[in-house]
Amino acid sequence: MTGAPRPLTRREPRVFRRSWPPVWHRRLYGADLSWSIAFITPYVVLVAAFVVYPVGYGLWMASDPALYAELWADPRYVRAAINTVVFVGLAVNIQMVLALLLSGFFIRRRVWIKALLVVYLLPWTLPAVPAYLSFHWMLVAYPQGLPDNLLFAFFGIEPVLWFKNGWRALACDVVANVWKWLPLWTVILLGGRLAIQQDLYDAADVDGASPIQRFAYITMPLLASLYVASTLVSAIWTFSDYSPVLFVSGGTPAFESEVISSLGFHYALDFANPPLAIAAGLSVLPLLVPALILLLYGIRMMEVQL
Amino acid sequence: MSAPLSAARNNRHWHRRWDIILVEASLALLGAIILIWSLLPVYNMFLVALDPEGHNEFSWDIWPRRATIDVFVALWKADVEDVRDIWPAFGNSIYIGLSVMILTVLVSSLASFAVGRMRLTRDWMLSSVALLTYLIPASTLMVPFLRAMHIYGLTDNPLAVIAAEVTLATPYAILVLLYFGKLVPTELDDAARIDGASVFQVYLHIYLPMMAPALAAVGTYALLFAWNDYLYQYMLLTSEKHTTVAMALEQFFDDDDAPWNYMMAIAILYSLPPVAVFYSLRRYMASNLTAGRH
Repeated sequence: MTGAPRPLTRREPRVFRRSWPPVWHRRLYGADLSWSIAFITPYVVLVAAFVVYPVGYGLWMASDPALYAELWADPRYVRAAINTVVFVGLAVNIQMVLALLLSGFFIRRRVWIKALLVVYLLPWTLPAVPAYLSFHWMLVAYPQGLPDNLLFAFFGIEPVLWFKNGWRALACDVVANVWKWLPLWTVILLGGRLAIQQDLYDAADVDGASPIQRFAYITMPLLASLYVASTLVSAIWTFSDYSPVLFVSGGTPAFESEVISSLGFHYALDFANPPLAIAAGLSVLPLLVPALILLLYGIRMMEVQL
Repeated sequence: MSAPLSAARNNRHWHRRWDIILVEASLALLGAIILIWSLLPVYNMFLVALDPEGHNEFSWDIWPRRATIDVFVALWKADVEDVRDIWPAFGNSIYIGLSVMILTVLVSSLASFAVGRMRLTRDWMLSSVALLTYLIPASTLMVPFLRAMHIYGLTDNPLAVIAAEVTLATPYAILVLLYFGKLVPTELDDAARIDGASVFQVYLHIYLPMMAPALAAVGTYALLFAWNDYLYQYMLLTSEKHTTVAMALEQFFDDDDAPWNYMMAIAILYSLPPVAVFYSLRRYMASNLTAGRH
């Protein structure tokens, strides 16, 4: 899987290989060393002051095992944990599959498709809070929100109580999240598709390959590593994104559609129990750490480009 | 003998034409669905903002029946109780957004120059540290973060928000810059060094100009990030004079009697700057980045 795409891709980024001796044997001396240390200092100071120190402090605050027993005993937490898995699993996979399919649509060379791409990118550029608030208002304005009106006008469907139960509300959050992030992943996979050599498709056409065969035997193998890396990044981002749940469904009804990141928000602010909020966040690490290790390994081994 | 042949050819011809029509029709249908999907929430914002009472929906209407721009005029004059402080809030958001953009470009370009070009360490070490930052959810990090800000003496200070947002935007920026840095040949650096340029001159006169499209991409990303953020602004800023637009919108959200038309009008105005920056830089970024790949 690592070697195969190499000779096949067009517009291969020209990675200028380091010569012998390898970089880590070549030492920086004197002024060069001082300059490069000076250059990296701002970043190191930022990370130390605003990541390492707060994270260390948070680990210390949430080190009491009793906190995790308390979390486990809280039905809101258990529901939020299940919701988190459902939310991340659905949102990430739906947006990645749709992005894969739609990148095939946007690669077609038509003027109107190019113009449509410009409009299509709009959700991604919109700030999260206004966009999700618009979703919230469309859905909460029972019985006459815009989706209700459209469904009634075109299909005669009666108004729907979108936030009636936790699952339905969570589904609305998934849709809002997919709406916001689909353009980003479509553009990234579009870039991946553009890097595939046209010759391969021409050769496949000569051999009489069907569109499905072209997709299965050329596009998919060459996009696989980019697709997997994008899925992992998207999963890590979606795990920690509190805004769709906080602003679209607001966790209604009665904490039934909370996810862990938004529940942590309530623990810290509404229940004034900051250590519990930190413990809730740390409890997802057993799921996140493997994803991150896979991603880091992938970046090193496959030279996957984000 | 020729008659059945030509009939067969005609038949095939017809099939091909129907295929093409079918493909075109399904493309057009898909395009229409994508257009509605992308624009529906945006359209909803305008629908509510243009309605004089702010609840156009309660009339079974898909189109605005009585559209007025009264709300925008009132916003401009800032003479309605709910929106009196909206322009200072815009000022605060712009101040924070621009600072985050400039500082992220500065910090990430310096770090990725030191590692990607000077080869201070191996670049995967830097990218690993960068990605580890995203491991802890922001809603978890914020409590210890707040305590840390107390210790640093940055409570209720926009600088704390700027620091937080720069810290979270920089790792991704570094990943992007490390990647695009590999596309620029290091021979240029070596040539400049032989001619007697200092490290800082190489950074200023070779690295920055060559990386300009990537820096524009990273700057846009940082601006969008600051504009998207709500949590750190809400947690770290408490006094009224530091209120940002994202915080003002959230106050509307919490208030059950809030006028939704004002809220959506503010949402539209708040959405304009990042949209404008993104679309004006998009062509520049795309053309130069792909040009760099050949």
